[in-house]
Amino acid sequence: MKSNKAKRFFTLQRKYLSIPYIVFLVLFIIVPIGIVMFYAFTYEYTDPVTGVKFISASGQAFLNFFTSWSKWNVLFVSLFIATLTTLICLLIGFPLAYFLADKKVNKNAVFVTLFIAPMWINFVLRTGATRDLLTWMGINGGNHPYVATLIGMVQNYLPFVILPLYTTMLKLDKSQIEAARDLGANPTQVFTKNILPQAFPGIVSACLMTFMPTMSSYVISDVLSEGKITLFGNYIELEFTNKAWHDGSFMALVMLVFIGLTMLISQKSSKEGKKEGGSW
Amino acid sequence: MAKENCIISLQGVNKVYDGNTVVNDFNLDITKGEFVTFLGPSGCGKTTTLRMIAGFETPTSGQILLNGEDITRIPPHKRPINTVFQRYALFPYLNVYDNVAFGLKLKKIPYEKTKKDGTVVTKMRHLTREEIDAKVMRALKIIDLEDLETRDISTLSGGQQQRVAIARAIVNEPEILLLDEPLGALDLKMRKEMQLELKDMHKKLGITFIYVTHDQEEALTMSDTIVVMKSGEIQQVGTPIDIYNEPVSAYVANFIGESNIYNATMVGKLKVKFLNHVFDCVDDFPLNEKVDVVVRPEDVEITVIKDEATSDKLVAKITNKIFKGIHYEYVLEVGKSEIVAQSTKDYPLDSMVYIDFEPENIQIMKKELTKNLYPEAYLDKNNKLIISDAKFDVDVSQLLKGSHVDDELYLIAENGKKYDLDDADVIAEIGLGDIEIVDGYDNGNANGVVVSTIYIGDHWQVIVRTQEEEDFVVDTQDTWNEGDLVSVIVKPEKISLTLKGNIDKYEVE
Repeated sequence: MKSNKAKRFFTLQRKYLSIPYIVFLVLFIIVPIGIVMFYAFTYEYTDPVTGVKFISASGQAFLNFFTSWSKWNVLFVSLFIATLTTLICLLIGFPLAYFLADKKVNKNAVFVTLFIAPMWINFVLRTGATRDLLTWMGINGGNHPYVATLIGMVQNYLPFVILPLYTTMLKLDKSQIEAARDLGANPTQVFTKNILPQAFPGIVSACLMTFMPTMSSYVISDVLSEGKITLFGNYIELEFTNKAWHDGSFMALVMLVFIGLTMLISQKSSKEGKKEGGSW
Repeated sequence: MAKENCIISLQGVNKVYDGNTVVNDFNLDITKGEFVTFLGPSGCGKTTTLRMIAGFETPTSGQILLNGEDITRIPPHKRPINTVFQRYALFPYLNVYDNVAFGLKLKKIPYEKTKKDGTVVTKMRHLTREEIDAKVMRALKIIDLEDLETRDISTLSGGQQQRVAIARAIVNEPEILLLDEPLGALDLKMRKEMQLELKDMHKKLGITFIYVTHDQEEALTMSDTIVVMKSGEIQQVGTPIDIYNEPVSAYVANFIGESNIYNATMVGKLKVKFLNHVFDCVDDFPLNEKVDVVVRPEDVEITVIKDEATSDKLVAKITNKIFKGIHYEYVLEVGKSEIVAQSTKDYPLDSMVYIDFEPENIQIMKKELTKNLYPEAYLDKNNKLIISDAKFDVDVSQLLKGSHVDDELYLIAENGKKYDLDDADVIAEIGLGDIEIVDGYDNGNANGVVVSTIYIGDHWQVIVRTQEEEDFVVDTQDTWNEGDLVSVIVKPEKISLTLKGNIDKYEVE
């Protein structure tokens, strides 16, 4: 059967609305990742005969990474700092979020805004200010590089812990807490057996929000430890400034894998923890 | 003192939130093994009372005794009381089995241990895995969900979740099980099933159940004792049959089952007058006492008027008829009053029938008379209030805020709208102390005969009955004699009016 209507040249369909984003995605995410991948698995050689430089597929960067003790060391230090930062942030953020979620304390969410306000300030500026403050307090990169870096990290990522935890705490099912009390749980048991499991999705998103960016951050450690602590991000930056594009790209890829792994683990545990999933 | 076998006793319990009294002087003893229901509309304090028993709220004053011991300030986890919550409050991160086992895993039981030197000491230990398992499986069996032990809570239906919530509570073998509107979220059919199951469970377990609901049918079906509550106070405590048949007030009668409630007056020994008709009754009240009368719809006897034969029975007109399955529900009209009746027989709509009640089916309740109420009053063209032929000056501008009456006796609203209140139906209220009685037959708004004088503490309560059989109840310091011919005077500002229906229909262009 033939349609009488002339075929329209263009119909606006809903899916076309995603075009701007797709263009952006391809240009600034897919293509760069492709470039990183390309550099990671190639290496620059100089032809011994002609002296001409050329790029060829190679596992040299791979080899360089896995045989370099200093690179492994940097990876471990980064993992250590990231884990510690996440833990400290949770220890400070969890009780605080629980406290803030009480409507009586936090009328009109003024307090929460106060704690999240640092997120509005550019973090390079903020870090610089922190350095001066720490120096004034006698803690500086010279004498306590680790302490200074940790303080900076915690200060920087605390809002990212408080916000998801606060959102979860707001949604805490009070009747479940009452049910736990009713069934014989004392205040400590109420916390461990009900509030913690209820807040689990929030904890997972809080961990993600801190762990991953801490791993890759380099400005904070750079500024606060006065270059004494080299994190994974610092090292990549170093490689790139030294024009070691292939080694740097491979390390970037390693970090990508790590971040992917943490995402995977947290998603899985989040699913086991609660069907509804995290808020972030 | 608490009665024998009393498991829990609430003594003068009060709860005040921000200056609002939510529960007021609550006194109740509950016998071991009883199924008690707190019944009342939302906001009557029934849930608050339950939460005080559970320990989630502390009474502002008063005591709660469990087996004679004061538990008023003991936290919930130390009370041998478990609750089934309104929205179940199951733990979504645990499966069915672990939800039920939650309380058992926390529980510690005493055991005796012989030390090396032969002395026996009592220590506390957790339940073993096997003990927990046996108890959980037994509880799951009671609620019929043995096969679902490993299921996630979120995969269960509402009814199943409800059962898990019950199992989670009863598995701890509490002395008292509290149920806070547990069936509220279920559909009707499921609710009816669960009602019977709960009743059955109560029999089997022998635990004291305290149940909170606003559903009177649920209360009647399940309870041994019903506690009817209103604004934080107990209205009546009794068995379902007592409460249904012998409500102590119009409030209780209205709340429990459908009922016809009328203002009535005792007009003789065991004779009560309502619907403008005198009926025999079995409740003895003093002559001329103002009372409330309740007649259940199923107790209204309808008989067809065969021929023109006049009887002294009450005649009514069937104005509405609904088929309800087992019976018909009729709405009958007598004058301006309505009677709801139920009958299995089929009567034609709009027919005139006789109405009668068996004396024992007329439940008469004492009425706390606080004011004279005239629901069938109206206004005439001069804006005078007419209460059965008696004329009163009134201030009609009270019917509409900010209004006034103009020279032509129209009511003018604030926004300039004009109303003609001629023949407007109103409800008039006059306080007992706002009526003045004067000697003589023609000296006031209305006139009548003093039919009753009672001395109440510091004043007389006098009833003046007009020729049209309208009563004015008057609180006065003066002494009057029965049979005196008097007039009554009411100042216009003392009469409060409520318009029946919307004022818009009286608007004039």
